[in-house]
Amino acid sequence: MASGSEAPTSGEYIQHHLQNLTFGQHPDGSWGIAHGAQEAAAMGFWAFHVDTLMWSLVLGVFFYFMFRNTAKKANSGVPTRFQAFIETIIEFVDTSVKDSFHGTSRLIAPLALTLFVWIFFMNLMDLIPVDWLPEVAKATGVSYQKVVPTTDVNATMGMAITVFVLILVYSIRFKGVKGFLGELVFNPLNPQQLGMPKVVWPFVMAFNLILETVSLLAKPVSLGLRLFGNMYAGELIFILIALVFTAGSGVVGAGLSSIFGEHIPWWFWAVSVLAVFATLWLNLKGRLDNKKTLWFVFAELLLVGGLAFLGGQLMHFGWAVFHILVITLQAFIFMMLTIVYLSMASEHH
Amino acid sequence: MNMNATLILQSIAMMVFVWFCMKFIWPPLLKAMDERRAKIADGLAASDRAEKALADANQEVEEQIKAARDKAGEIVEQANQRHGQILEQAKDDAVSERQRQVAAGEAEITQSANQAREELRATVANLAVLGARQILEREVDEEAHRELLDKLIAEI
Repeated sequence: MASGSEAPTSGEYIQHHLQNLTFGQHPDGSWGIAHGAQEAAAMGFWAFHVDTLMWSLVLGVFFYFMFRNTAKKANSGVPTRFQAFIETIIEFVDTSVKDSFHGTSRLIAPLALTLFVWIFFMNLMDLIPVDWLPEVAKATGVSYQKVVPTTDVNATMGMAITVFVLILVYSIRFKGVKGFLGELVFNPLNPQQLGMPKVVWPFVMAFNLILETVSLLAKPVSLGLRLFGNMYAGELIFILIALVFTAGSGVVGAGLSSIFGEHIPWWFWAVSVLAVFATLWLNLKGRLDNKKTLWFVFAELLLVGGLAFLGGQLMHFGWAVFHILVITLQAFIFMMLTIVYLSMASEHH
Repeated sequence: MNMNATLILQSIAMMVFVWFCMKFIWPPLLKAMDERRAKIADGLAASDRAEKALADANQEVEEQIKAARDKAGEIVEQANQRHGQILEQAKDDAVSERQRQVAAGEAEITQSANQAREELRATVANLAVLGARQILEREVDEEAHRELLDKLIAEI
C-alpha cells in the first residue's frame, strides 16, 4: 500500500515494485542511482542492482554466521537443538550429494549446502509482506527496493553461470580437453559406431556439435531462469494480491478505512496491526480460545478494510502457505540440478 | 528483465560464500558429526558387549548358586548322617550304661546277700554254740569242738 502523497495507479504500483535500485553511469557520464526504469535501462550493462546485491550479501553473511557459529561450537557430544537442526540440514545435503554424485570432490557438498541455504534465505524474503521493506526504504529516502534477490534475473543467472563454469571445469578435469570435445562431437550420433562413410563424418559431427552445445548451454539457462521465473511469478502474485485488496477497499470499501478516502493515515494501519497482534497475543496467553480468536481476527479485518481487505488477507495467507513449498522446492531443485550437472560433467557417458 | 553487471558481482559473491562454506563450515561440522557417529557406534557396541557380559555373569551366578545349593544339600545330608550316628552312639552308650549299672546292682545285691549270709551263719553258729552250751550245761571246750561246729555251720 503505497500511501504516499500521490496515490499511484495500479500499473505504477506494480512497476515500482518490480524496479531494482540501480547504480550505474548515466548517459551524461555521471555515476549515480537511476530514477525510474528508463534511466536504469539507459545505463546499459555496466550497472548494478544495489538492492539485489545488498540483500543477497546480507543473507549470505547471515547464512555464514548461522552455520559458522554452530561449526565452531560443534563437538561430538550431545548436540544442542540448534546444532541438531543445522546438522539435519547438513545431513540432508550430504545424502543428496552422495546419492547423485559418485566422484570425489571436496567442493561439491559445500557448494550444494551454500546454494541450498542461501537460495532458501533469498527466496524466504518473498514471505515478508511486499510493502514493508520498500516502505521503510522510502521513509529513509531510497526510492526503489526489491527485496527478493532471486526475483532478479541477474542474481539467479549469476549463480547459474558460476555453476556453468564449474561444469566446464569439471568436464575438463575428469575427461580432459580431448575427452570433453570428443563428447561434444560424437554424441548423440556416433558416426564410428553407426558405420558411416568417412565423407559424411564432418556433417554428422557438426550436427552433433550444434545439438550438444545447445544442451550444454541449456543447463545454466534452465537453472537460472527456472528459479527466476518461479520467484518472479510468486512475487508478482503477492504484489497483485496486495494491489487487489488495497484497490478493492476503496471501491467495495465497507471498512473503517473508507472514511479516510484516498489518504489513509499511518496510525490507522498501526492501530489495525496492533489490534490483530493483541488478539493473537491473547490467544497465545490462553485468554482466548482458538475459535474466538479466528472470529475476532476476521471481524477486525472486516472492520478495517471491508470484504475486499479480508479477501485479500485470506488470499495472501493462502498464497504464502503455498509459497513456503515453492521457495523450499526451488532452492532444493537448484541444489539438486547443480549436483546432477556436475555429476554428469565428471562421468563418462 | 535487464541483465547487467549485477550478474558478475553475484557470481563473485557466490564463489566467496562457497569458499567460506568449504573452508569454515563444512569440515568442522562434518568432523563433529562423524565423530559423534563413531561414538554412538562405539557406545552401541559397548552396550552389546555389556549385555553379553551381563548374560555371562548371570549364567555364572546361576551356576554358582546351583553349586552352592548342591553343596548345602550335601552338608545337610552329612549332618543328617552325623545326627543319626550320634543318636545311634548315644543309644548304644545308654544301653551299655544301663547294662553296666544293672550288673553293678546285681553284684551289689549278691555281695549284700553273701554278707548277710555270712553274718547269718556267724550268728547261727554263735546261736548254735550258745544252744549247745545251754543244752550240755557245761563248758564246751571250744577248741575241741571247733571242728564240729564249723562242720555244723557249713551245713546251715
